[in-house]
Amino acid sequence: MLLAIFADIHANRQAFSACLDFARARGAQRFVCLGDIVGYGADPEWTLETVMDLVNGGAMAVRGNHDNAVSSPSETMNAEAQAAIEWTRGRLNAAQRRFLAELPMTLQEDDRLYVHSEASNPGKWRYVQGPSDAARSIVATEAHITLCGHIHQPALYSMSSTAKMTHFVPSSGVPVQLLGGRRWLAVLGSVGQPRDRNPAASFAMLDTESREITYCRVPYDVEAAAQRIRANGLPLWLADRLAVGR
Amino acid sequence: MVKPQVEPGAVIDGFTIGERVHQGGMATLWSASWPDADVPMLMKVPRVSEGEDPAAIVGFEMEQMILPRLSEPHVPACFGSGDFAAQPYVVIERIPGKTLYDRLSDLPIPFEEARGIAARIATALADLHGQNVIHHDIKPSSIMFRPSGEAVLIDYGLSHHNQLPDLLQEEFRLPYGTAPYMAPERLLGVRDDPRSDLFSLGVLLYFFTTGERPFGETETLRGMRRRLWRDPHPPRRLRADYPPWLQEIVLRCLEIEPVWRYPTAAQLAFDLANPDQVKLTARSERLKRDPLSTVWRRRFNRGLTQPKPKADLAAQLASCPILAVALDTEGSEPLNEALRVTAERILATLPSARLACLNVLRLGRVTIDTTLDEQGRNKHIDRMVALKHWASPLKLDEGRLTVHVLEAVDPAAAILEFAEANHVDHVVIGARQNSLARSLLGSVSSRVATEAPCTVTVVRPPRLASLRLQDDPIRPRGFA
Repeated sequence: MLLAIFADIHANRQAFSACLDFARARGAQRFVCLGDIVGYGADPEWTLETVMDLVNGGAMAVRGNHDNAVSSPSETMNAEAQAAIEWTRGRLNAAQRRFLAELPMTLQEDDRLYVHSEASNPGKWRYVQGPSDAARSIVATEAHITLCGHIHQPALYSMSSTAKMTHFVPSSGVPVQLLGGRRWLAVLGSVGQPRDRNPAASFAMLDTESREITYCRVPYDVEAAAQRIRANGLPLWLADRLAVGR
Repeated sequence: MVKPQVEPGAVIDGFTIGERVHQGGMATLWSASWPDADVPMLMKVPRVSEGEDPAAIVGFEMEQMILPRLSEPHVPACFGSGDFAAQPYVVIERIPGKTLYDRLSDLPIPFEEARGIAARIATALADLHGQNVIHHDIKPSSIMFRPSGEAVLIDYGLSHHNQLPDLLQEEFRLPYGTAPYMAPERLLGVRDDPRSDLFSLGVLLYFFTTGERPFGETETLRGMRRRLWRDPHPPRRLRADYPPWLQEIVLRCLEIEPVWRYPTAAQLAFDLANPDQVKLTARSERLKRDPLSTVWRRRFNRGLTQPKPKADLAAQLASCPILAVALDTEGSEPLNEALRVTAERILATLPSARLACLNVLRLGRVTIDTTLDEQGRNKHIDRMVALKHWASPLKLDEGRLTVHVLEAVDPAAAILEFAEANHVDHVVIGARQNSLARSLLGSVSSRVATEAPCTVTVVRPPRLASLRLQDDPIRPRGFA
């Protein structure tokens, strides 16, 4: 089965549509959403409806910290993120807010674990910033492959049978075989707000038969997404950062 | 899951195991077969039992990731692999014959034979590097030859693939590899520089031509670290008849700083294929090692040898291309000038590029040719002089420039053959001249542009181009 996995869509309609088209054109059979469907971007209703339709069709989705903040005002965030969340809350209807509030923190499927931030303590929303963070997540699960997002920068970690870690920044479009002899943490880049200085939308495809993961980069209409943010009175930096990918 | 037994007659994932071919420290090799496939195959099974070296496992994992990605002919074909979940193995093409290790009892071998062997290995490395892989274990036992002559590099357990996770990077604090052949920067943990393979090939070439290893057989880290500051004895000290061009090549490969070595395997292969064109520097005549003052400076001023992060492999290779300009030395001056301007622009952006200037001395199909012209001068030498004259305004360091007069009946075929044999990345050629004879004979440039294995730029002098649009209705389209 060919999975398309999206993290940190952040209400960016242009980026998410481009990724969905790209994934479908390459034969994606199933979709997984690793949280932060909303926040930052200016199209939360469309984005959420699209994810809800996918979930009704069999897709899997977990909760991100921005999704959580819609219903939990106690979630601490920086000022710009906070402003965007308050604006988002006002845009969503009751059914949409309930969908976000009921998203699970983690989901397990075969030998894979889906989580937004990392697996050792998903509710603490810790970032995976290096091999030691990755190791903490890997040892906390039984999964062969853990898939997460949250940091908006793609990375691929592995732990060998002797508990040695490797760290790798994936090349776009090059499949990597997730060897059975070690355990893997695949950190996805962000669909809607990439922060690795590459403005193209980032997601990944996983072939569960061959165990190959391919990180993908998809160009999209950045200016249109930025314009939507400005037109809705959201903090300007949220628009500007899309063009530079940081 | 029950592990299937690996033994003669057993069938694993459809592969039938034959006899045991080799028992090594890291893996066991079995002959293998597949129904209806008459390709000889080998099944490589890592030694992974308790207490074995973890490098055996990681090396196997690297091969399992890398081998299926690579293309022949310089790499054995890969037919399948199995994971640690059941029985780990890779099945690869069985290359007939022995490795170069078998030649160790014949050392030293004749210079010309060593040149041929090294040229074929350099060609294989150029191909491998072009596939984003640095081998990191170039030594006689990693090298075989196909019956057709191409070198095949085997054993990818220590290799680095630029687009895949490097499982060895963080696994071992000590560098893994074969001590006598290991490049100095490997001792500092650098695994992303393709010039490390050129160093190892330099060690091999030194060893095969002198019978001695340039850095001895030391296995200790302390002994290996000496090569970070101590250069080897020049081969001429060991053999007085050592050709200067060969010493130039060998010592350039063995430079301590990667930046002083050949920038690419393709450029090394070029020099090995054209020994009479090797630019001789002070290296070629040297009889002594560097003075102690230099050695001490290297040893205690380590700023020089700090590893630096590299651009990706493809970008490194792309910045050091081999450019060939095909020139009609008796052609029009404006066209030759336009060719020079184009070459100059390309070279200006790529300081590690090298330029090969080509001219074809056309032989008649039926007449018996003489190399002397009507005045009795040597045509071949005249053309060489003309090529050098054409290139002189480019002010290229001589190490970056070579001139070649190809004698051929068919100029396009000669240029194409040169480009193929010398790993040329970019051919610059003048467009067909506006004359009846050229039109009737067909255009060399259009054939080169169509059939070349690399990028081709077809150049026209500016004014001629505008005239020709009106004058030449049968001009082939598509190359401007």
